[in-house]
Amino acid sequence: MTQTVKPPEAPARPGMRTLAWALRTPSVGPLFALILAVVIFSVATDTFLTTENLSLILEQAVVIGTLALGQTLIILTAGIDLSNGSIAVMGTIIAGKLAMDGGAPAALLIAFAACTAVGLLNGALVTSIRLPPFIVTLGMLTVITAATRLYSESRSYPVTSGLLLWLDTGIGSQGFTYGSVLLLLMYGAFWYALTQTAWGRHVYAVGDDREAARLTGIKTRRVMLSVYVIAGLLYGIAAWQALGRIPNADANAYQNANLDSITAVVIGGTSLFGGRGGVVGTLIGTLIVGVLRSGLTQAGIDALYQDLATGVLVIAAVALDQLTRRRARV
Amino acid sequence: MSAVLAASGLTKRYGHVTALDGCDFELRDGEVLAVVGDNGAGKTSLIKALSGALVPDDGAITVDGSPVRLHTPLDARRLGIETVYQDLAVAPALDVAANLFLGRERRRRGPGGRFLRRLDVPAMRAEARRHLDELGVAVQSIAEPVENLSGGQRQAVAVARAAAWGSRVLIMDEPTAALGVRESGQVLDLIRRVRDRGLPIVLISHNMPQVFQVADRIHIQRLGHRAAVVTPADTSMPEVVAIMTGAT
Repeated sequence: MTQTVKPPEAPARPGMRTLAWALRTPSVGPLFALILAVVIFSVATDTFLTTENLSLILEQAVVIGTLALGQTLIILTAGIDLSNGSIAVMGTIIAGKLAMDGGAPAALLIAFAACTAVGLLNGALVTSIRLPPFIVTLGMLTVITAATRLYSESRSYPVTSGLLLWLDTGIGSQGFTYGSVLLLLMYGAFWYALTQTAWGRHVYAVGDDREAARLTGIKTRRVMLSVYVIAGLLYGIAAWQALGRIPNADANAYQNANLDSITAVVIGGTSLFGGRGGVVGTLIGTLIVGVLRSGLTQAGIDALYQDLATGVLVIAAVALDQLTRRRARV
Repeated sequence: MSAVLAASGLTKRYGHVTALDGCDFELRDGEVLAVVGDNGAGKTSLIKALSGALVPDDGAITVDGSPVRLHTPLDARRLGIETVYQDLAVAPALDVAANLFLGRERRRRGPGGRFLRRLDVPAMRAEARRHLDELGVAVQSIAEPVENLSGGQRQAVAVARAAAWGSRVLIMDEPTAALGVRESGQVLDLIRRVRDRGLPIVLISHNMPQVFQVADRIHIQRLGHRAAVVTPADTSMPEVVAIMTGAT
């Protein structure tokens, strides 16, 4: 700064530039992993690379994919949500039970509202009393699971309403459903919100360093609260997606959905320490898990190996994140 | 010369501990005022009171002669008082331009900005580049995440950010504490350039040689109040230290 001569910008060679960009962008690694997995399974089996199978993978990913979207927002603020699966299950029971003796639209709206309210409660506990998100959502997981079971009166509710099952409707002959399209649209919308709006930048800044964000004048509480509320609404939509997948509201379903959603987020390259990553990575992470399950099943490999592969991927992804962060600290 | 930012009789107690004890303060237009003092002399409390991070129990603060109440950092910021904190208060994963505009993002004109709230990234980058060039701050690229910069460059970005938005006063709390000798020199140069552009600066520092290098006047804080104000030209370092420690 004693000399005002600018150092040269990034190296002019386009190859180097692309490489530098790839190393900086956290979703590039997962994308390569996804492509690699698709190529391997396409070569290894005849049934993998078909439109039916690919649309099925996407369809099977809609519930975890929607939960993982909310989870991504919360993890970006350096939080974590263990309660998301239980909130969505609560949503399915509310919608299913109310639709038994009333209008389906009202039932669905009440389910959305209830899920959003639980998200708000999570957010209020995290921001107002400054409790750690892990503890708040762990408690909420237990509370919501128990409350849902009480409310369900230990039975499940078959769903027949066209509205509640609408997301399972196919589009055209290729087997894609409205649910899959909605999933992709939501990812597109949140990619936009996180990268192209001030709110998105504030989410990253809060996750990066909450105190620093506060000192720059960002209303950190409001940003964090908004994230938990939006996540709650997304879990409500996940409930709707779940009813489309399985037309039966059951309080015992999706017990591992919280961990599955965290898996998708982490494999997608979003840092558990907050402030780094994004929804594109999470979509890729969701698809990697789906592709692994589908491909390994079709290759005739035991389901336990699928879990094993997913677990190894999670540890690899977190290790990679930790290493890049350590490099950045120097 | 007129006082841009002044305080009189600031008092702050924490239980039995008195952090500020009837402390006065005066920053004049176009100067770098260093604030020095031993640990526990109330430097940090004074600066927090002036930047709105702490509400004093008693005393008055004026900006350009008119009394003001600073309850939050935002109140101070609205009056054109910007603060650069010791711990490099920037968002490391965001790029340089995003950091300069953090909390004050600019939206696109037209429906994209109004309804979709889309940010005007090219305009913010261009302006960030222009501003850094003006201050002579060299960074590899305006689109570089701040975490890839050196400590000195990060602090320079934080200073440039504050200088861009502070219209009346720039407060810096130990801006060179985390930096090496060469990088400290760069930040001190930057402080001079910001002052020469007309923004008065309050510089809190432990580093006596740096204070003598850059300050126009020195506010010496001791036991919660202002013990003396001296000019580096007619005071020596040992004299300042003597006032700081109460040896005179």
